Amino acid sequence: MSFFRSSRSALPGFNLSLGYTVLYLSLIVLVPLSAVFLRTAGMTWEHFVQAIASPRVLASYRISFGASFLAALLNLIFGLLLAWVLVRYPFPGRKVIDALVDLPFALPTAVAGIALTAVYSKNGWIGQYLEPLGIHVAFTELGVLMALTFIGLPFVVRTLQPVIEELQPEIEEASASLGANRWQTITRVILPELFPALLTGFALAFARALGEYGSVVFISGNMPMRTEIVPLLIITKLEQYDYRGATAIAVVMLIASFVLLLVINLLQKWSRRYHRI
Amino acid sequence: MQRVTQDPTWVRWLLTGLALAFVAFFLVLPLASVFTEALRRGLGAYFASFNDADALSAIRLTLLAAVISVPANLVFGVAAAWTIAKFNFPGKSLLLTLIDLPFAVSPVISGLIYVLIFGAQGWFGPWLIEHDIKIIFAVPGIVLATTFVTFPFVAREIIPLMQAQGTDEEYAAITLGASGWQTFWHVTLPNIKWGLFYGVILCNARAMGEFGAVSVVSGHIRGETNTIPLHVEILYNEYNFVGAFAVASLLAVLAIITLVLKSFIEWKYQQGHAEA
Repeated sequence: MSFFRSSRSALPGFNLSLGYTVLYLSLIVLVPLSAVFLRTAGMTWEHFVQAIASPRVLASYRISFGASFLAALLNLIFGLLLAWVLVRYPFPGRKVIDALVDLPFALPTAVAGIALTAVYSKNGWIGQYLEPLGIHVAFTELGVLMALTFIGLPFVVRTLQPVIEELQPEIEEASASLGANRWQTITRVILPELFPALLTGFALAFARALGEYGSVVFISGNMPMRTEIVPLLIITKLEQYDYRGATAIAVVMLIASFVLLLVINLLQKWSRRYHRI
Repeated sequence: MQRVTQDPTWVRWLLTGLALAFVAFFLVLPLASVFTEALRRGLGAYFASFNDADALSAIRLTLLAAVISVPANLVFGVAAAWTIAKFNFPGKSLLLTLIDLPFAVSPVISGLIYVLIFGAQGWFGPWLIEHDIKIIFAVPGIVLATTFVTFPFVAREIIPLMQAQGTDEEYAAITLGASGWQTFWHVTLPNIKWGLFYGVILCNARAMGEFGAVSVVSGHIRGETNTIPLHVEILYNEYNFVGAFAVASLLAVLAIITLVLKSFIEWKYQQGHAEA
């Protein structure tokens, strides 16, 4: 007789599968993650504050959070454009473009990093036209932004697509028959309808950009105070055997990630409720 | 006649053109640049990049890490999906959130956590050194970090699928006298095979391409603890661009195969739905 009897299920294997799931989850994820928090618990408060608030660390937060925010914003604009075109305007080759949207998910970040650097460097396909205009992308803040926008794009598109597909044409027809022009229908009817999904996509892209490492390190030039993102600073500290410093910064980033995860969960719940009506 | 829910033709053309230009500049150009950079000095130089002991060892290690971590997460994903989709129990939604956790963690921190446990200064560090067991800066660390970052992929694909399918078919099988394993193999598994395949494809792509987490635990020992992405980084930093892009092109091809398979499975799945 098992203790954890699930409610009236006659299917077998509950204890085994739950036990295995919880054990594996604990061994691979929960116990190792808790190490970060337990490690910092051994630090004095002054040491901790010093480690997470030195000028170089503060500069890296500014770059990581700032660039991630701008990248998520760019993704919002282009993601909405792409999702709208892919759902509403049939054109030849749409399936191929749709599949390509997932490229940033499928392409390893290191490959994306060197490829973007090649394209935007002084002699690159795009860089050679930007350079005479005085726009430097590779090895500047703009490069960080470019890489973070690249990796975040699929999140907004994939969050919006199903919602645009489910939009009821009747609502748009009603809006038009009540005298709204197309622009009014879009800004007053369609966009509010998409709002929860837009916010969710934004948060997902932002969260992903915040932790990103591989695609950024090649294009950013990694200059302390200017283009050094937080994950890179953690690695730099580790390479200098400053485990405490690295761990303290990791705690700050983990808390930021967990808060974002919570926000995303709430947004998704809201979004589902919003669309059931 | 134009319907009111349709945008004017010029708007459609303009937006479609903008979207296509964005995809071309932002996604296609970087992908194409991998291959043109790799082939800059011709096919001979391209293939010479693979005729190198360090490159081959990196390929072997990447395959090894994927061969261990993908099946491990596959078994976990099936167990988690069976638990969550077929039973009700307290704490279910917490379990679902915890399974997604590795997606929220920066790859760099995913490597760091294992350094804090198994590294020289970590919890088990002194004990491991005493018994001459290497985990960090060695293959086990790479496998662990890869397993962590690919942890949710399979579970996340098949949990919603199994939830949508409910438990009726399984009940029927059990009532007709099938054992638990028979029910799973003959009823549940055929129902989720495409979702499972989909999850495995994505899991594998990430496992072979992971950079940040593996970079922290690898120690970058040439010929020993370098995976393909780490080998790309080393070649790139040595200004061996043809070599770096040649090795990177392997991963780019993997990405293209992944996208093609993904589209194929989606198409297959939609067909199945259309029939039903």
